[in-house]
Amino acid sequence: MSSFSAAVITFPGSNCDRDMAVAIEQVCGGTVHRVWHGDAALPEGLDFIALPGGFSYGDYLRSGAMAARSPIMRAVIEAAGRGVAVLGVCNGFQVLTEAGLLPGALMRNAGIRFVCRDVALTVANNQSLFTAGYSQGQRVTFPVAHHDGNYFADEATLDRLEGEGRVAFRYAEPVNGSSRDIAGVLSEGGNVLGMMPHPERMIERAQGGSDGRALFASVVRGLVAA
Amino acid sequence: MPKVRVTISLKNGVLDPQGRAIHHAIEGLGFAGVQDVRAGRQIELEVDDSVTDAMLDEMAVKLLANQVIENYRIERVAG
Repeated sequence: MSSFSAAVITFPGSNCDRDMAVAIEQVCGGTVHRVWHGDAALPEGLDFIALPGGFSYGDYLRSGAMAARSPIMRAVIEAAGRGVAVLGVCNGFQVLTEAGLLPGALMRNAGIRFVCRDVALTVANNQSLFTAGYSQGQRVTFPVAHHDGNYFADEATLDRLEGEGRVAFRYAEPVNGSSRDIAGVLSEGGNVLGMMPHPERMIERAQGGSDGRALFASVVRGLVAA
Repeated sequence: MPKVRVTISLKNGVLDPQGRAIHHAIEGLGFAGVQDVRAGRQIELEVDDSVTDAMLDEMAVKLLANQVIENYRIERVAG
């Protein structure tokens, strides 16, 4: 690929957008466009779109609900439909479920409390665009910082997700009450990943570890191969 | 102006940590006999006469309720 082109969307209340942009710049290289939620269109020729963490619209109504209906999301949904890689982290995951790009919903943590700490995850499927750089079952450590990370879907949906290899990451131990310890979910086409833990905050040693690098590196390698 | 009340509640079988915490607090205050507590949300709209039931239903489906986890009920109330 001659020049990798990514966009990080900023909603009012996003607070991990800069971390996300830096992670993509450092690991993927290329150009990272910063896009405002009120924009109607995305830059042309994007390879990768990231929806960052934060508390868009103050979590009004439901976490991610307002952001999912903002003008730029129509363009993101359209791009995802064309197969553009889309990563939603934390609030970004909530936005993706609210926008209907991923199944299920993220509810209040079962323990009520906000959880902010490093958690151990296992790679549940290393055959995806986002996880190919990990080994199957690999244990990685990413931070979480959320109040509404309790992944819920009905039993039939959970069975389907597991059967189709669409659970990308699981918590190694219970963190927030998520059904079947699901921490990250892939879309049917495999080009959309939503996850509560923050890979963009584990890019270099100064951040406490670099387990997140392989996720961004996987996307670049996967897109070059495609 | 006519008023519309939209009541949003969690579906049966969906864990409601907030309801459970409220339940604990009620018991902590010494009240006995409360079997279960479910927390929901109520949204009131003031609408023109031109707003139809179908439009209200569409608002609920597209935004006010997340039907993966929530049910909604729409009532027109005397305003």
